[in-house]
Amino acid sequence: MLNYRDMSVADLLALAPPGWGGVLLDGLWLSLQVAGAGYIIGLLIGGSGALLKISGGPLTRDLLTCYTTLVRSIPELVLILLIYFAGPVALNQLLSALGLPKIEISPLVAGITVIALVQGAYITEVVRGAIEAIPVGHIEAARSLGMRPFTIFRRITLPELLPTALPGLSNLWLIATKDTALLAVVGFSELTLVARQAAATTKHHLLFLCAAGLLYLIVSVISNWLFRRLENRVNRGQSHV
Amino acid sequence: MFKAQVLVAHRIALALFFAALFALAAVNMQWDWIPDYAAKILQGLAKTIVLLISTSIAGFILCIPIALAQVCGPKPLAWLAHKFCTIIRGTPLLLQIWLLYYGLGSIFPYVPGLREAWIWPYLIDPWPYAFVALTLSFAGYEGETMRGAFAGVAKGELEAGHALGMHPFTILRRIWLPRAIQRVLPTLNGELILQLKATPLVATIAVVDTYAIFARIRQETYIIYEPLLLLALTYLLLAGLITLLCKYFEAKSRARLSS
Repeated sequence: MLNYRDMSVADLLALAPPGWGGVLLDGLWLSLQVAGAGYIIGLLIGGSGALLKISGGPLTRDLLTCYTTLVRSIPELVLILLIYFAGPVALNQLLSALGLPKIEISPLVAGITVIALVQGAYITEVVRGAIEAIPVGHIEAARSLGMRPFTIFRRITLPELLPTALPGLSNLWLIATKDTALLAVVGFSELTLVARQAAATTKHHLLFLCAAGLLYLIVSVISNWLFRRLENRVNRGQSHV
Repeated sequence: MFKAQVLVAHRIALALFFAALFALAAVNMQWDWIPDYAAKILQGLAKTIVLLISTSIAGFILCIPIALAQVCGPKPLAWLAHKFCTIIRGTPLLLQIWLLYYGLGSIFPYVPGLREAWIWPYLIDPWPYAFVALTLSFAGYEGETMRGAFAGVAKGELEAGHALGMHPFTILRRIWLPRAIQRVLPTLNGELILQLKATPLVATIAVVDTYAIFARIRQETYIIYEPLLLLALTYLLLAGLITLLCKYFEAKSRARLSS
């Protein structure tokens, strides 16, 4: 049994055991992995969702509305429980009904799935709004010049939607990093849970929870800075009011 | 016109499909635990609603000075308010709740005389921590929105009030604040739903809300799907109710503006 009570702050936060700094950084790395993978898959879901919502048939549109409404109004915590506990059981029942072998869903995969589904729903709405804000004349002009659909998307739609969509997208990235904390509830050792474990073991509650908060803050400050640079880049050539 | 849009063939088919799914779930799944827990579920629901309404109101009141300090306050105060918003918005709410409950809660026993004070019974209860954490969170997010709303009110309106010899506080009460609130009203719906979705986090510090009740049902009955589905449905209905109420109030405020 280590005597944590008399250890200095520097010793407690040291990277090597008995310090807990390394454990916190491992938790942060895991959080960032889940947030990053979830966000990228969410971008794919949201991008295609927005395109389908604008150009798809009435049935596709309504189904997508169901998806975005459901995911955006059920608490993430409940979604995590649904996917983490009920998801694998349902999936395995389906697989065994089809005569396929059972699979195991790791906490990492479940976490990424939840973040991706939630982000996908929100990104769908952000991107749809940004695409709808593009004047129809621009697309028509491109079409009348004989551009192919993909060229129109690459040279007209994308550059025009990014300035409108980026503030929303940067906000959603921050939400993704913060949502990973909810995985603590199902015992996934991301930053918040390891901070809580460090706090409970050493009895230095305030120190470790504040340290974790500081790490989250650093992530959000760096992300803000990066997104602002990106915004400046996509905004060049636009008139500023 | 709205009715005509709803009654399209594929929507009827979709509604029938969901109704069939609903009926199938009601018949084939196991719901016999509901009567045993009905009273507790309603208690949890009441707690969730009370928590949602009280923290939203308290948070909104708190966000007004935070927003004002950033718009027209003296430099140190504006800096402080800005930092508050950054910290609240930059860290997960779960961590904030735990920081208050476990972090501050671990210090209080060492404060001399506090154990004997009248406030002690409240300090060992998780309720105040949940309330404070959710209130601060709402104030932090809404403070940012209100800052934009305050800054966006046309200067001429405030100058007009000034020219009429209104006291600055009267200008705030009768022109600036009402005009700013009108601007944030459309975003309030989303903020309230986000706040609703934040309430189940208090279950992690042993506040017995809707989420906590259903977690207990899951542990006691070993049923996997049904409690989770009903839990999701409950939050869905609450979110729908919030949206309906917000739509109603928005329509009302718009009617008053145009008349």
